[in-house]
Amino acid sequence: MITQLSLTQTHEKLKSKEISCVELVQAYVDRIKKYNDDMNALVAVNEEYALEEAKQRDEGGGFSHPLAGIPFVLKDNYCSDESVSQAGSHILDGFQAPYDATSVKRMKDCGAIVLGKGNTDEFTMGASTETSYFGVTKNPWDLERVAGGSSGGPAASVAADLCVFSLGTDTGGSIRQPASLVGCTGLKPTYGRTSRYGVMSMASSLDTIGPLTKTVEDTALILKELAGRDVQDSTTADVPVPDYLEEIKKDVKGMKIGMPKEYFVDGMEEGVKKSIEEAIDQLKSLGAEIVEVSLPHTKYALAVYHTIGPLEISANMARYDGIRYGLKGEGAEDLVDYYRKVRNEGFGEEVKIRITIGRLIDAIGYADKFYKKARKVQALMKRDFDEVFEKVDVLVCPTSPSVAFKIGEKTHDPVAMYLSDIFTMPINLTGMPAISIPSRPSDNLPVGLQFIGNQFEEEKVLRVAHQYQIATEWASMRPEM
Amino acid sequence: MSVTKEQVRKIAEVTRIDLSDEEIEVLLPKLNSVVSEIKKLEEVDTEGVEPIAQITGLENVMEEDEVRQFEDISALVKCSPLAEGSFIKVKKSL
Repeated sequence: MITQLSLTQTHEKLKSKEISCVELVQAYVDRIKKYNDDMNALVAVNEEYALEEAKQRDEGGGFSHPLAGIPFVLKDNYCSDESVSQAGSHILDGFQAPYDATSVKRMKDCGAIVLGKGNTDEFTMGASTETSYFGVTKNPWDLERVAGGSSGGPAASVAADLCVFSLGTDTGGSIRQPASLVGCTGLKPTYGRTSRYGVMSMASSLDTIGPLTKTVEDTALILKELAGRDVQDSTTADVPVPDYLEEIKKDVKGMKIGMPKEYFVDGMEEGVKKSIEEAIDQLKSLGAEIVEVSLPHTKYALAVYHTIGPLEISANMARYDGIRYGLKGEGAEDLVDYYRKVRNEGFGEEVKIRITIGRLIDAIGYADKFYKKARKVQALMKRDFDEVFEKVDVLVCPTSPSVAFKIGEKTHDPVAMYLSDIFTMPINLTGMPAISIPSRPSDNLPVGLQFIGNQFEEEKVLRVAHQYQIATEWASMRPEM
Repeated sequence: MSVTKEQVRKIAEVTRIDLSDEEIEVLLPKLNSVVSEIKKLEEVDTEGVEPIAQITGLENVMEEDEVRQFEDISALVKCSPLAEGSFIKVKKSL
């Protein structure tokens, strides 16, 4: 089936004219019509736009660029001028950006076609898409379970073959954790490797743009186009972009892969543990050397993340005021009353919690105790990773301590939800690249294997992930729908 | 340190969110749950450690202070739910 093909496979079919772009896009649109109502992965679908674009690609001919004519999904916090961007929130009711984010532009310039917007937790705050104003996204492997979050929509779209690839954002695990729970590939690049211009910020020192795909090879291809300095995002790095597609072809013989012992403690589901252990044995048989390492400050990651994050969130959420975009406030007496009413009606509970925590931490008497302290512990975490990367090339661990949990299971206590990101959060705090790819499922539910690299060493991460992926069958598995 | 209703009310004022008393009641235990996690930072010995500022080592990324015109200003104004012609009409602030 054409919709099961990876990006590179789809490109071959388009180039050889075995399939037209219109046929390709129509096939995906048909799948969306059939499955999206049950899954709620896409919150906006650009049927007319996408088919018109596809027609133009067919008339233009060529398909010389691998991304030409490829239909993809954008997470709902990306600004793009062909559809609404609401960041999963009521406060951005009907907002349509009059411009494209840089990352979107880079994809469109290669000829890729935006199929629609993928559902997200509200302003990407969550690990299950349950805080989305537009309802939860269901896991294609079991509709009673979550697809993870916050990029639940983008992840589920790829896993259910509703698109060829998607773009998401990862601040504490929001690309990798949903990729793990739905069984697709998700990369969080190094902070600053890709441009955040035009993507709605949650925590500006942690947010990272990245692709969700069916294969690591596809990831390498997309990253090549996404990566690189953007003058409109001053946090992007002026670091050369390697030829990722060439790098992934190298084998892993002699590569040193660290197993951080703090990521293999009790509390992990048995099925996940077995799956990861089997993957590590597979890596050994591919010629890699496994080394036990330690990242002693791992257990403080949640505390650091939920100190720094909320503070930055409260600053980034200040712009949502019902004036420049989105929801119109009613019944206000004056301007300040207007802000209060719009923001109370427009924001959901999790957003209010994080804004409140953010201001609390910054209050007089607490700033030094909590915020400055968190920045010091973050420095210690970075030091842990720097020391480990002097000894090994990459790290391996689970992406999530569990498989997809049931809808409603963790919504009673914010911290219960935050713990879903326990293996992903530390990597955002140290700015490093990490990928989640499928390993052996547990009880027919996907399990994610995570590789972590040093800053700007995506090529090593992609290389190990790709070599493992082509030696195993997990990436080709699809849910029964 | 436990979060109080008074603190939440003050913060709601500053962050311009019209939280009702009932909403504050609901939020309070959740806020305290998060604060309990944050307090674990107190156990870490950070003597002599500098707080980290920028994670990838960037410093003072400069840009020329040039005016650049956005191509379609009317499109920006149209985004506003309070747009009237080329203006955005807001409630009185005084």
